[in-house]
Amino acid sequence: MKFAIDILIERKEGVADPEGNTIKDALRRLGYDSVESVRTSKMFSVVVEVNSPAEAKQIAEEIAQKVLANPVIENFKIFNIEEAG
Amino acid sequence: MKVGVVVFPGSNCDRDTAWAFSLLEGVEVEYLWHKDGLPGDVDLVVLPGGFSYGDYLRTGAFARFSPIMEDVIDFAGRGGLVLGICNGFQVLLESGLLPGAMLPNRGLRFICDWVHIRVERTDTPFTQNLSVGQVLRIPVAHFEGNYFADRSTLAEIEAKGQVVFRYSDPEGNVSERTNPNGSLNNIAGLVNERGNVLGMMPHPERAAAEILGSADGLKILQSVVDFGAKV
Repeated sequence: MKFAIDILIERKEGVADPEGNTIKDALRRLGYDSVESVRTSKMFSVVVEVNSPAEAKQIAEEIAQKVLANPVIENFKIFNIEEAG
Repeated sequence: MKVGVVVFPGSNCDRDTAWAFSLLEGVEVEYLWHKDGLPGDVDLVVLPGGFSYGDYLRTGAFARFSPIMEDVIDFAGRGGLVLGICNGFQVLLESGLLPGAMLPNRGLRFICDWVHIRVERTDTPFTQNLSVGQVLRIPVAHFEGNYFADRSTLAEIEAKGQVVFRYSDPEGNVSERTNPNGSLNNIAGLVNERGNVLGMMPHPERAAAEILGSADGLKILQSVVDFGAKV
């Protein structure tokens, strides 16, 4: 069975996000005074061929931990495990 | 001394680095393809600057999984000398040989400029010919050189004296004003606890002859070569 998984990689709290800050400043310059902060993150959509959603989740966790995220500065979240065509 | 310069796909300072080392007496330089093993007779492994694997995902993220890195990690564990310059420093961080990580520069600009760095320690193979407080003029060229470590890691690094170079002014004053990229504590270069692995963002090989604007970088390379000659 094929499963599609979304893996979100975001910076840990307290880790500077120069890109997010620049976007926030630009939005405020454009008049969006209500924007208090912007944090950027990365999303990976991965398709795996395995036997169960549990197995798909396990692989997603492993690759997020080992490759996609740098644990010094980033956290990951896994969601939307869905059977793919 | 035999110096091995690792070549990853996307390395682009490998030849400059080999050239700079070849200026020194008693040095034999060999290029090491990242898919090969580490030859047994190499005394110093250099991870050069560049854009290994196109900087995809994170700088150094894939180079760390290159076959040669397993040998480099073993080599470093046995006390072997390892020097990571710029992208090489990023690879050392990703592979866990040095603590911390790199963020994009504060200001989000690629910085290609001359900087001054102050020498903090001279009891390492890479700085033994220098003096504490000495200021070197060496160029940087990076987008992700904003050194980060969490508070407790940073405290540990400082307590153990692992910072070897800090961004300073020409007189050796270290302040926010002399910090080009936002690095915590102006960190420009760092060793592991044992002192045999150095990562630095400035490019010593680009300051290896007066005609290039400075020969200060060569002093670092000469230090480690002299160290190797004594072992």
